[in-house]
Amino acid sequence: MECQECHERPATLHFTQVINGKKTEIRVCEVCAKEKGYVNYPEEGYSLHNLLTGLFNFDTTKMESPAFQQVKDLQCPQCGMTFSQFKEAGKFGCATCYDTFSDRLDPILRRVHAGNTKHSGKIPKRAGDDLQMKRRLQSFKEQLQQLIEKEAFEEAAEVRDKIKALEARLRDLEAGDNS
Amino acid sequence: MTLEHFMNNAISPWMREEGPDSDIVLSSRIRLARNIADIPYPLFAEDEKLAEVQSLFQQEYANKSFQEYSDFQFILVRDLSSVEKRVLVEKHLISPHLTKHTNESAAMISGNEQVSIMINEEDHLRIQLYFPGLQLRHALEKAFVIDDWLEEKVNYAFDETKGYLTTCPTNVGTGMRASVMMHLPALVLTRQINRMMPAINQLGLVVRGIYGEGSEALGNIFQISNQITLGKSEEDIVEDLESVVNQLIEHERNARDVIMKESPIALEDRIYRSYGVLAYSRVIESKEASNCISNVRLGIDLGIIKDTSRNILNELMVLIQPGFLQHYAKKTLTPLERDVLRASLIRERLQLEK
Repeated sequence: MECQECHERPATLHFTQVINGKKTEIRVCEVCAKEKGYVNYPEEGYSLHNLLTGLFNFDTTKMESPAFQQVKDLQCPQCGMTFSQFKEAGKFGCATCYDTFSDRLDPILRRVHAGNTKHSGKIPKRAGDDLQMKRRLQSFKEQLQQLIEKEAFEEAAEVRDKIKALEARLRDLEAGDNS
Repeated sequence: MTLEHFMNNAISPWMREEGPDSDIVLSSRIRLARNIADIPYPLFAEDEKLAEVQSLFQQEYANKSFQEYSDFQFILVRDLSSVEKRVLVEKHLISPHLTKHTNESAAMISGNEQVSIMINEEDHLRIQLYFPGLQLRHALEKAFVIDDWLEEKVNYAFDETKGYLTTCPTNVGTGMRASVMMHLPALVLTRQINRMMPAINQLGLVVRGIYGEGSEALGNIFQISNQITLGKSEEDIVEDLESVVNQLIEHERNARDVIMKESPIALEDRIYRSYGVLAYSRVIESKEASNCISNVRLGIDLGIIKDTSRNILNELMVLIQPGFLQHYAKKTLTPLERDVLRASLIRERLQLEK
């Protein structure tokens, strides 16, 4: 069906106007609808981003109270982004922002992700290794403590060497060298 | 392999292969968003930091080959002309966002154009893989392999409970967007698509036009993708999307059958009129061209039009875009000049098939 105004573009918007009980159907395209004032758009386009920042601003009235003032002014130590800047932009400045704003994040994430706040997908290989190594390191350290208490110094020395090797590997990993 | 190579062919090499259900599903895409742990994210980082990211990937990955993906071409966006940028966007090899933040942004594209890794887009890394037809699972497997390959050189920003930490909270968790491009002319013709869209949205999926967010469904091509990235595994997300896509395929096929049965002449008329317009018009706008291409493609799928390959229409969809036309003409064109060149390229291309 073509637009009844320009007769060029297809009619994508259909209105029913009732004036004094008289019903008229209007079928127009988006361009003509805008020109003739059938519809009002707040500005050119309405992006997902506008929608999002709308979501973040859900309880601005509460935010004015002193209890929330502190949270509002939270600032990320890594990139300097404040919580109010984050709300406005709808974007994080760096990975540390997630820690900095963590207390205020879950309600936002729940809204965006249909109630979910916990990741249950892929884990990066390296972070995974890292995590495992840190856990192993922790258990070696506990072992070492016990061996020293038992005065089993020879075994303790072995464990100490393992700890040193692990620590070196962790340092390498953190320096970004995978060899 | 050079930039020239990416520029000169409207159709990417991977599109030449036929995938499963390729009468309806044009392509499957997996996109992963990743960031480097200790560097501020691109939207807020200083150029200096972004230059570090960019040159790290250039040093480690430029011209490398990995498994079946050969010869990753490293392209600095600031070195591209505006027409070149447009063509790469029209081919879906880079995003419009990347072309607007040009200072230190880059892309690494595999020789067959199946893998495109954008650097300093909204996130430090955006890994994209395309497959012909409906192959989401396979695309996901391959995306993970590429992801691991890139992770060898960097520490990803990751949190045990929040997952991959992205710039936008809508991507956090898996950082994955899975999407399929579907050609749904019969659902549009029978007006079923309008009823289906709200249902699809309720399942946490989004329906968009061919060029992503905010774009309209040119040529009856729809992009369907997951909205939620947190709480479900990548495999589950892909499975959910795939089951909806399978239902859409079934509905589209049924709608095609119904139209064929109930108004075969009207359908044939519509298809041949469109063919006539493509084959003989001298001036054609991209919207009209897209609609005609969609009709002809439907004609090919239904066996009404023979001796024309489906591929030629995938090719035409890119060929008729403004950027590509201007690249072809090697100069900027006025809208009218574009419409004239578009018509003549389409005529030529259809002639080649004969």
